[in-house]
Amino acid sequence: MSSILFATITAGTPLIIVALGQLIAEKSGVLNLGAEGMMAMGAVTAFAVTLHSGSPWLGVLAGMGAGALMSLLFGFVVLTLMGNQVATGLALSIFGIGLSAFIGKPYESDILPTVEAIRIPVLADIPIIGPAFFHQQALVYFSWALFFILVWFLYRSRSGLVLRAIGESPSSAHSIGFSVIKIRYGATLFGGAMAGIGGAFLSVFYTPLWVEGMVSGRGWIAIALVVFATWRPFRVLVGAYLFGGVMVAQLFLQGSGIQIEVPSQFLSALPYIATIVVLVIISRDRNTVRLNAPASLGKPYRPEE
Amino acid sequence: MTLKKDSQTRVRLELSAITKTYPAVIANDRVSLTVRQGEIHAVLGENGAGKSTLMKMIYGVTKPDSGEIKWQGEAIQVENPAQARSLGIGMVFQHFSLFETLSVVQNVALSLPDHQNLEGLAIKIKEVSDRYGLPVDPQRLVHALSVGERQRVEIIRCLLQNPKLLIMDEPTSVLTPQAVHKLFDTLRQLANEGCSILYISHKLDEIQSLCHVATVLRDGKVTGSCIPSQETPESMARLMIGKELPICQHDTPSELGEVRLKLNSLSQNSDDPFGTSLHGISFEIVAGEIFGIAGVSGNGQQELLYALSGEFPLASDALIEVCGQAVGSQSPDVRRQAGMGFVPEDRLGRGAVPQMSLSDNALLTAHSSQFDASQLDPSKPGKMLKNGMIQLSKVTQFANNCITKFNVKCGGAKSVAQSLSGGNLQKFIMAREILQAPKLLVVAQPTWGVDVGAAAFIRQQLIDLRNTGAAILVISEELEELFEISDRIAVMANGRLSPAKKLTDTNIDEIGVWMSGMWPKEKSAKDNHHV
Repeated sequence: MSSILFATITAGTPLIIVALGQLIAEKSGVLNLGAEGMMAMGAVTAFAVTLHSGSPWLGVLAGMGAGALMSLLFGFVVLTLMGNQVATGLALSIFGIGLSAFIGKPYESDILPTVEAIRIPVLADIPIIGPAFFHQQALVYFSWALFFILVWFLYRSRSGLVLRAIGESPSSAHSIGFSVIKIRYGATLFGGAMAGIGGAFLSVFYTPLWVEGMVSGRGWIAIALVVFATWRPFRVLVGAYLFGGVMVAQLFLQGSGIQIEVPSQFLSALPYIATIVVLVIISRDRNTVRLNAPASLGKPYRPEE
Repeated sequence: MTLKKDSQTRVRLELSAITKTYPAVIANDRVSLTVRQGEIHAVLGENGAGKSTLMKMIYGVTKPDSGEIKWQGEAIQVENPAQARSLGIGMVFQHFSLFETLSVVQNVALSLPDHQNLEGLAIKIKEVSDRYGLPVDPQRLVHALSVGERQRVEIIRCLLQNPKLLIMDEPTSVLTPQAVHKLFDTLRQLANEGCSILYISHKLDEIQSLCHVATVLRDGKVTGSCIPSQETPESMARLMIGKELPICQHDTPSELGEVRLKLNSLSQNSDDPFGTSLHGISFEIVAGEIFGIAGVSGNGQQELLYALSGEFPLASDALIEVCGQAVGSQSPDVRRQAGMGFVPEDRLGRGAVPQMSLSDNALLTAHSSQFDASQLDPSKPGKMLKNGMIQLSKVTQFANNCITKFNVKCGGAKSVAQSLSGGNLQKFIMAREILQAPKLLVVAQPTWGVDVGAAAFIRQQLIDLRNTGAAILVISEELEELFEISDRIAVMANGRLSPAKKLTDTNIDEIGVWMSGMWPKEKSAKDNHHV
């Protein structure tokens, strides 16, 4: 039981980090569909740096940088050149997946040493919950901290208020004197950096190796999570752990040797299907969507000269 | 040039030779004006005269190409709105710059420079709102506020920064007459305390009752300045439009005919959190009359229009009858076939496809109109569709007709809809519907954003259409307009429709009171029926 809970949390963690990053970018009105590519770049960079330096933390830092750099490219095209966000994001995904495969070619046979989990004294001794929640990788604790900080930032701080205001009406925000483009750059870079950390988590902590295509759609799921969670951080958390839970359950089922009349491909698809179905059901209330969705999402904004 | 020379009052703002050019037009051409302390200074001009551009330059939203701005005697460059605010310049925009999903106090906090504790700020908002008679609840979300309340939020937001100059861009276009009086009291109080006000408007009566000095703009140039209290509306109109103010010929209603539009207690829940539900709306419009619906926007007009146009089909056919045909659940096309024409308030998007040419846009609603080629008017083309094929020459002929008859300024029938100015596009859309000779015409905001001369022309066309025996429903926020053209008038408030009154039996003040939802309980169903 404890090990299933443990695995669920581990599987959900990269999604939380990436989706919360995207949530911030989207709240400012920027829709970056390049999460998959940014994660892939983060994963391969983190893997390579960790392998050469021996330090997983340098690796995570490098992964974060790679993700941020990718989002800077995206930001330049859509915020400075006013390019179409959807098309640019799709291109960024394809570009990131391809480039990461190219960079990662020499590393495909390498394996990193497992990074020791951090045990929180006392709390980790609680039966069942303890080992699952409090004997985890550092990035798991990071994802929880990120969640609490972002909730505070978005709903309690003035900067968060400004960010939401810009996502709702960039022209109004401009007319009361905020620099829409600069703030959107900041939010986009943050989204990219988080996507990079999410990728790093996969290649350095989750499965400490590099395989082409190892992100396997998690970037897309993260984007879907944000939308179906109606841009609310808590629902992102729920959705991510739901995905993790079904992922672990189906792996457990496939590995248990129980004879079932369902193709294994279907089982592998189950986490994706289950997450989307559940989130569609929670997000079917149009009012919540109207009140939480950034109204300017995906629309370029050109300040008046 | 009769500018008051009063050396005692200090000059707040001085513009000299401000010029701003956009690719297609010169928005401001060497504009100069002077605003003194405590002065309410009107900037008068038609739409497109360059008023808004000038104000945006003062407020730092855009920058002038040349010219000089002096603030309290010092030449300055206003780089951005934040700098303008720190100088003491506040602006209330025509299209509010509020954030709908945030609360009043959050909206106010966003425009204040320093970090504010929201509870303390809410108390300050209360103080200002009590002092200036601007009641508003700081904790409510903006999307739940009426338009008048939103404007109060904008004004309070400016006042909290102790402005020395307040710019108001067409502030009364969305207010009830009573709310306008209240606003004027607030503005006078501010001016007495020493705040200068730049008041932009094209409404002559307002400027006469409120402003000390007026500067008149036409086509980006200053055409004169005057002291409004010493002028007549006619003399100011001449300065503003360069000719006499056109007057509508509103003859007594012609003979009334059969019922053309009937609503049978239409109720519709709105599932949009920003929308209004409709409650039991019933009325009849007969051939040969113009029925006006007044009301502050956001009281259900949108929802009523969607129900009438057929964009949101209703549950049952019987709810709406067009020319005797029950069409409640039918598509817009069926309604047009039954003889209804429709002009939505949103021109680009619902009234016209922005990227398509005028002739294509004409075809969109006129494709199946039954034009009779043998009619007396030889300029009317025959049917535009023949065996499913488009008769291009007829489409072009019809579009050209619309352009010449309504004097639409454009580069011909091939020009793209979005290249036209708002007023000209509105003229084209009105022409497209009116020239199809509908039995029933539903029009929303017929003259919104159209200049005074063109507005008078459009109103005249509506009256002429009525005189040919059409029934017309006009939904408008402009009371003066409804009083100019309607035969009967009703008011919408909170999704309900007041009883209808003959124009001769009511007046602006009564309708103004009704606009806040306070009309006498219906005595009998008779009131709601036609005369």
